[in-house]
Amino acid sequence: MKYVVGFGAFWWDFIVGDSIVLAIGGLGVLALGALLVHGGYPGVAEVALPGIVIATLVGSLYQR
Amino acid sequence: MNATLILVGATFLASLVEAVEALTIVLAVGLTHGWRTALLGVVAGSIALAVLVALLGPALSSVIRLDQLQVLIGALLLIFGLQWMRKAIQRAAGSRAMHDEAAIFEREVAELGRVPDPVKNDIDWNGFVVSFKGVFLEGLEVAFIVLTFGASRDNTFGPAVLGAVLAFVLVAVIGAVVHRPLARVPENSIKFVVGVLLVAFGTFWGGEGIGVEWSLGDLMIPILGALYFLVALAMVALLARTPRTRVAS
Repeated sequence: MKYVVGFGAFWWDFIVGDSIVLAIGGLGVLALGALLVHGGYPGVAEVALPGIVIATLVGSLYQR
Repeated sequence: MNATLILVGATFLASLVEAVEALTIVLAVGLTHGWRTALLGVVAGSIALAVLVALLGPALSSVIRLDQLQVLIGALLLIFGLQWMRKAIQRAAGSRAMHDEAAIFEREVAELGRVPDPVKNDIDWNGFVVSFKGVFLEGLEVAFIVLTFGASRDNTFGPAVLGAVLAFVLVAVIGAVVHRPLARVPENSIKFVVGVLLVAFGTFWGGEGIGVEWSLGDLMIPILGALYFLVALAMVALLARTPRTRVAS
């Protein structure tokens, strides 16, 4: 059990690090982009993707 | 051709940063626990890493479809790149302590120095574990970058591996000659640039994976990089003017 927890903690630290905003943002960017593309707005997705990436970065910098 | 050169450069710089960090730990072990212990940790860590990459690499590209792979790669690059960019921006703005290899080296030596002295020429297992972990964990980050870059270029791993190998050879040679941590490597600046590149590639490949057809094709990669770089510079200027609590490196 100790090793399982240690293994999980290692990957959590590796992926999430000290900002969960970035981990959620990194996945959320592509999820929102996919919704736009498959909802018939591929042109909007092309602009929205970098925009959401920037918003995620800025949000993480002001994260408490 | 240009995308290949950017790829070699990105993996070289990313690997350079991680190799310097690994070297700092190995040097600290070598000076306090003997070079046999330090080098055994390096060899064992390198073998463990090579086995993991050999198992992970083919699985990554053979089990998953190309578009799924692009989404996975894009997400990983975005997460890693944004983490690097965030830290680099905070350091440049003064709200996070700089990553100081000389200070880390001194701290490692002090901590390792508290362990009972090993008998000369004997292997000290405390030192071995520290050296092993240093090489394995720093190498793992590079392995992820190399694997994701290589897999996204139709499984052409050559340029990504070339960048990583060049960086590790360069750092190993310099480390062997000077026997001191490479404090003069402008690590924060390198992390800044690599973070921007990772996020630009992550946006581009992740976007392709979910079905975005970039209207400017590959040209979007440098455009995205320039956009993110300008935003990062603006954030440095903005944060530098905002009084905030300074966090550790």
